Amino acid sequence: MSGAAAGVSGGVTERLSRRGRRLSLLTKLAVFAALMVLWHLLTVTEIISPFFLPQPMAVMTVFWRILSTGRALPDLGVTFFEFAVAGPIAVLTGVVAGYLISMTRYSTVVLEPVISSLYAIPIIIFYPISVMALGIGPESKIAHGALFGFFPICLNTIQGFSGVDAIYLRMARSTGATKAQLLRRILIPAAAPTILGGVRLGLMLCFLAIIGGETIASLEGLGHRIVWYAEGMQMVNMFAYMVFVILIATAMNACLSLLELRRRGG
Amino acid sequence: MSLQSSRLPHPMVTRIAVIIGLLILWEIFGRMGTSLFFSPFSKVVMSGHEIFYEPEVRRALLTTSGVLALAFILSLALGLVLGLSIAMSKFTYQTFMPVLLLLYAIPQITILPLFVLYFGNGPASKIAFGVSHGMFPVAVSVIAGVQGIKPILLTSAASMGATRAQIFRRITLPYLVPSLFTGMRLASTAALLGVLLAELYASAGGVGHFTRRFSETFQPDKLYALIGALAIMAIVINESMRRLEKRFSKWR
Repeated sequence: MSGAAAGVSGGVTERLSRRGRRLSLLTKLAVFAALMVLWHLLTVTEIISPFFLPQPMAVMTVFWRILSTGRALPDLGVTFFEFAVAGPIAVLTGVVAGYLISMTRYSTVVLEPVISSLYAIPIIIFYPISVMALGIGPESKIAHGALFGFFPICLNTIQGFSGVDAIYLRMARSTGATKAQLLRRILIPAAAPTILGGVRLGLMLCFLAIIGGETIASLEGLGHRIVWYAEGMQMVNMFAYMVFVILIATAMNACLSLLELRRRGG
Repeated sequence: MSLQSSRLPHPMVTRIAVIIGLLILWEIFGRMGTSLFFSPFSKVVMSGHEIFYEPEVRRALLTTSGVLALAFILSLALGLVLGLSIAMSKFTYQTFMPVLLLLYAIPQITILPLFVLYFGNGPASKIAFGVSHGMFPVAVSVIAGVQGIKPILLTSAASMGATRAQIFRRITLPYLVPSLFTGMRLASTAALLGVLLAELYASAGGVGHFTRRFSETFQPDKLYALIGALAIMAIVINESMRRLEKRFSKWR
């Protein structure tokens, strides 16, 4: 969903200088403020009907109520429970499968294209199968989220391990390193940045896939709550929940990026 | 980790063998017991053959393909216009690029119900959701393409007295071709994701209607066949876009 975004925009944003970045933060805020004012004016004057677009103040009030009364907690709990199960499954299976495939050069050449062409399939189309097999509860979202997260993690693990410079391996072997030492001292440190990049993308996709699953077929969870208000035409509540979920996703992305950067630095 | 090419078969041969092995495993597991949720490979292929002769399913597949094509074309057009107008000058770039990245970073799945409320549950909402997924990668890669043009080319063209229109036609456009194809590849997968998400959420007439019907009536063979067809479609689109991109970025 925003998975492609991380890949493409990286090169462009890195090119912005520090001064440019501060400037861009200012413009971001300015444009954001301008949009809010425009939104406010359009809805207060009822040029756009409140059935279509609720007033920003009303959305803000409900948003604040969501935060202060904790009425989103049940749905938040369900979604995070699903994520807390699906995320580790995706990381574990992705890293282990990636490591096994990258063990020999031959298996990498044979299997990597298979996995990357499977990754081209929008995995959302398998969601009806998980709903049919596992029901409408959290199980189907967990399976779907784990499957979504598996691919980038597995592919990056393969890339990370097979990209280790052969000179290091030869040197370690000629100085008599054991297999375990080779793995711990050379392969893992060299592959870690790439793998962590995959883990960040995979966990993000996993979370969004869970929200997507809840949107399409569910009885609870944050994604379901948005749909529930949409079907009841309660625009203010729907917008407040959308803002809430977008903020959670943004915060999660920021945390994961921070983790990735810290590891890369240290 | 050495490649012992003398003794091992060609990777392609092994790859096909692995895929065939997985299909055989699927067949064996599918036959091991009667399940409401699982169906052996041979049965899926047979009912795949069957359902694609049903006029309703055909129409649904055709509708989805049409929606996807339209979403893709609109993504390209809008993305190109958006990208070019942002990359036009330093001022527009510095003002609007952050906004574009901000919008691109919004997880769009959260606003899917909004699209259905605004555009109804027919093809319009699916096209709109596909476009909102597809246009950003096009715009971003067009902008990256314009930024990547060597300044010396622009300076020398200007010093030889080229007009803005000439510079655009002789330098910017040819230089854009590779990044445009990159954008096209990203847009095709993103638009497909957007269209299918909307299909599965609000399904009136398209493929989503049938995936829901087959799964609710527990007909795994038909469901697997339909999903298999979509998966093959996705792989074919992605592969052909990758080839196109490779071919058109050679000249640089």
